Amino acid sequence: MTDCKQFATFFLNGLFFGVEVLKVQEVIRYQHMTRVPIAPAMIQGLINLRGQIVTAIDLRRRFEMPPRPAEQLPMNVVVRTDDGAVSLLVDEIGDVLEIPENTYESTPETLTGVARELIRGVYKLKERLLLILDTEQAVSLPATFNRQPTKGN
Amino acid sequence: MDEIVKEFLVENYENLDRLDSDLVNLEKDPHSKETLGSIFRTIHTLKGTSGFLGFGKLEAVAHVGENLLSKMRDGILTINPEIASALLATVDAVRSMLSQIEATGDPGNQDYSRLIEQLTLLNDGQPVPAAVSAAVPTPVVAVAPAAPVVVAPEPAVPVALAPTIPTAPVVVEGPAAPSPVSLPDAGAAAVEAGEHRTGGVSDSTIRVDVVLLDKLMNLVGELVLARNQVLQFNGQYTDTAFLATSQRLNLITTELQGSVMKTRMQPIGNVWGKLPRVVRDLATACGKEVRIEMAGKETELDKTIIEAIKDPLTHIVRNSVDHGIEPPQVRLERGKSAEGCLNMRAYHEGGQVIIEIVDDGGGIDSERVKQKALQRGLITPEHAARMSDHEALHLIFLPGFSTAEKITNVSGRGVGMDVVKTNIEKIGGTVDLQSQAGAGTTLKIKIPLTLAIIPALIVTSGGDRFAIPQVSLLELVRLDAEQAAKQIEFIHGVPVYRLRGQLLPLAYLNRELKLDEGGATAAAESVSIVILQADGHPFGLVVDEINDTEEIVVKPLGKQLKGVTSFAGATIMGDGRVALILDVLGLAQRASIITEERNRTLSESAAHGRKVVDSRQTLLLFEVGAGSRMAIPLSVVARLEEFASSSVEYSGGKEVIRYRGQIMPLIRVSAHVIAAAGKPLADDEPMQVVVYSEQGRSVGLVVGQIKDIVQETISVKRHALGNGIFGSVVIQDRVTDLLDVKAVIRAADPSFYGDKAPALAAA
Repeated sequence: MTDCKQFATFFLNGLFFGVEVLKVQEVIRYQHMTRVPIAPAMIQGLINLRGQIVTAIDLRRRFEMPPRPAEQLPMNVVVRTDDGAVSLLVDEIGDVLEIPENTYESTPETLTGVARELIRGVYKLKERLLLILDTEQAVSLPATFNRQPTKGN
Repeated sequence: MDEIVKEFLVENYENLDRLDSDLVNLEKDPHSKETLGSIFRTIHTLKGTSGFLGFGKLEAVAHVGENLLSKMRDGILTINPEIASALLATVDAVRSMLSQIEATGDPGNQDYSRLIEQLTLLNDGQPVPAAVSAAVPTPVVAVAPAAPVVVAPEPAVPVALAPTIPTAPVVVEGPAAPSPVSLPDAGAAAVEAGEHRTGGVSDSTIRVDVVLLDKLMNLVGELVLARNQVLQFNGQYTDTAFLATSQRLNLITTELQGSVMKTRMQPIGNVWGKLPRVVRDLATACGKEVRIEMAGKETELDKTIIEAIKDPLTHIVRNSVDHGIEPPQVRLERGKSAEGCLNMRAYHEGGQVIIEIVDDGGGIDSERVKQKALQRGLITPEHAARMSDHEALHLIFLPGFSTAEKITNVSGRGVGMDVVKTNIEKIGGTVDLQSQAGAGTTLKIKIPLTLAIIPALIVTSGGDRFAIPQVSLLELVRLDAEQAAKQIEFIHGVPVYRLRGQLLPLAYLNRELKLDEGGATAAAESVSIVILQADGHPFGLVVDEINDTEEIVVKPLGKQLKGVTSFAGATIMGDGRVALILDVLGLAQRASIITEERNRTLSESAAHGRKVVDSRQTLLLFEVGAGSRMAIPLSVVARLEEFASSSVEYSGGKEVIRYRGQIMPLIRVSAHVIAAAGKPLADDEPMQVVVYSEQGRSVGLVVGQIKDIVQETISVKRHALGNGIFGSVVIQDRVTDLLDVKAVIRAADPSFYGDKAPALAAA
C-alpha cells in the first residue's frame, strides 16, 4: 500500500499543474479586478473576496509565458500562503486527483530559469506529467525584482 | 480618586473573587501546582502593587500570606483546613481593606496583627495554638488590642502542643475559625463592602480583551462597507419602506461605529502623564529650569495610536529640553525669564488630532542645520543653496542628522528625529516644524483619530477610482477650461498653479501612475485639482474627476505590492469593487515634488516678528453683508452647509432649521454684528450656513458668502470692537474682523451653553 496525496489540478498554457489540495482555499470564476498601476507585471489586480482584498497573480506572466488569448477569461485558484490568501489566475480548472507518492520525482536538472524556481517536482501519471507548483514561490516577486533598487529616483 | 488606585481596586476585586474559589479548589486538591501557583501570583501581585501605592497595612497582610503560600509552593507545608481558613481570612481582610480604600482612600485603622500573628505561626510550621483559636471569641466582644495575644502564643504553644490530637476540634471549628480571627472588622466590613460596591468602581467597568475589541472593530468595518453598498441602491429604488430602512441602517451603523471606536479610545493624558517627570529629571541633569504646561489632556485617540506616539513624544520632549531650552543665564541674557516653558497642546481639528509641542527656547538655526547636513554629506552644496529656511529645518528629520556638538547620554547620537518622523508617518500622521531663531520651536503633529476607518476623498483618474486620506488634503480647486488654460503655467515644461499667489507644483495622477493617457487631451475641459500636503509641501494633484468623501476601511496590500510606494492600502467601495488608497507621500516622491517653492506664509510671518511661533491659525473667511469680511478659526467649524431660504421654520419666534434629525437654531450673523448691516437675502437665494457644535448641540450661523480658508498669523491691529468682534486683522491685504463666535451665540441664545448664567459660561 502506498501513501496518496490529493492535488487540485489546473491547466496553464497547455501544461498540467497541481497544488496540494490543502493549500487551496477555493476556486472561483473570473471576478472583476481592480488593476494596480505601476505594479510588477505579474500582478493582474485586486479582487474583493467577500470583504477581503486578495491580490491576483497571473501565473502565465509569472512563468513568463505568452499572454492568454483575450477572449479566454482566467479562473481564480485562491491559495493560502504565509501572507494570507492570494489568487492565482489559470487557464482552466482540472479535477482533484489522488496520486500515489511513489510516482513522484524531482525536477530534472535540465530544467532552468523561472520554471525551475516554481516547479517543485513531477508526478508521472499514466498519460501525462503533473507539475507541482511551489505556491510560496509563485506568489513572491521574481528574484530579479528584489535586486532592483527600491528608490524611485 | 486617583486613576491608578481605581484600576488597582478593579483588578484586585476581580482577583479576590478568583482567590476564594481557588482556595476552595486547593483544599479539595491540595497537590494542584497550578492552583497554588495562581493563588501565589495573585497575592504576590497584590503585595507588590499595594506596597507601590503606599498601602502599608495591606502590604503587611499580603506579605505574611505570601510567605505562607511560598512554603506551600515549595512543598514544605501542605494545605490543611487551618491554613485554608487562615488564607480565606486573609482574603476577607484584604477585601475589607480594599473597600475601605474605595470609600475613604485609606485602608482604615482596623488591627490585623492577630491575623498576621496566626499566619506567621502557620508559616513556622506550628499549628495554630488552640488557645488562640479558643481565645478568639472573647476578644471578639472586647475588640481587645492584640497585645496580650501577641504575648500569649509563646507560652500558649506548649499548652497547645500537648493535646496534638485536639487539632481535630480545630478542624471542626474550621469554618468558624476564619471568622473569629477577622470577624470583628472584616466580616462586617465585607458585608458592608458588598453594599458599598454596588455602583462602585468594580461595577461600572469591565475588562475586555483587546483582541475582542479588534475583532469588533473589524466587524464594524465590514458593516460600514455593507452599509455603503446598501446606500448605493438608494438612488435606484423608490420604495419608501426600503429607503426608510436603509436610512435607519445608515444611522445605526454610524452610531455603532462611533461607539465601538470609543471603546478603543484613550485620553492622550495617559501618555503625557509621565512627561513632567522626564522633563524634570532631564532639566536637572542639564542644569536648566523648565516648566511644562499641558492643555487638552482629555483629547482621545485610538489605543494603537497612543502606543505608537508614546516614544516619539518622549523623544521630542527630550530634544526640546536638551537642545531647545537654554540654560538659565543664557535665557536671562536674552531677556527671557530664567525658567523655560514647554507647552503641549492637543486638540481635534477636522477629524484629526493635532499635538503641538512648543518651547520658548533658542530655536533652530537653519544655517547651522544646513552646515551640519553638508558636513555629514546628507545634502549637496547646490541643494543647500537653493533651500528655503523651512526646508532646511526639515533636514533634522534626515537619518543620521544631529547638530549636537557633543554626544551626551541625552541626545546627539543622530538617531532620533528621523525615527520620530517615520513612526508618526507609519500611523498616517505628519510632522511639521517651525522655528524662530531665538524665540523657540513649534512642532506640530497631525495624526488620524483611528487607523481602521478613515475619511477619504474619492477621485477618478484614467477610469479608476482612488481614495485619498483626508489627513493630507488641504483643499479642492476646480478650473473651467478657460481658467485652466490661463492659470496653469509652465516653468520649463513643469506645470505649476498659482493658488492665492503661491506657486504650487502640479502632478497629473494619470501620468504618475501610467494610466491611460486620455487625460493629456483634457486641455479643452475643466480641470480638477486636489491640493495635498506631503511632508509640509503643498502640491496639486490633477485628477479627472472628484467624486465624494466617504468613510473607508483600510485594508493592507499583499507583500507583492509592498514595493509600490504610491499606495497605502486598498478599500472596498460601495459597489463592491476594490479601490486603491493613495499614499500621498510616496506619490509626491514619485512625482519628484522637490521643493523649490518658498513657504510664503512662513517667510511672511517671520517679518511680523517673534510672536509667530504659536499664533498661526487656520481661518475660515466669509463675507457678511456687502463687502464686510470676517474670519473665524476653522477649528470651531463643524460643517459648512447650504440651505434653501424656504426651508427655514420658526420656533418660539426664532429661526430654526431641520438638520440631521435635530432642530438647529439659526443665527444671522449680520443681525448681531454692528459692523455689518448688510442687505437682506433674497428669498430664493441659498443661505450659507456655518455649523457650530458643542456638546452635541448645533447652531447654524448664517453668513453672506464663504470666501476662503487661509493659514494666517493673527496679529490683531485693532482691538475690542465689542458686540461679537474680537478685533480686526489684515488677511490677504484686506481688513477682516475676527468674529467672537461664542459671544454671538450667547447674545442670540443665552441658553445654548447650558443652564448656567451666561457670564459663567463664558469661561
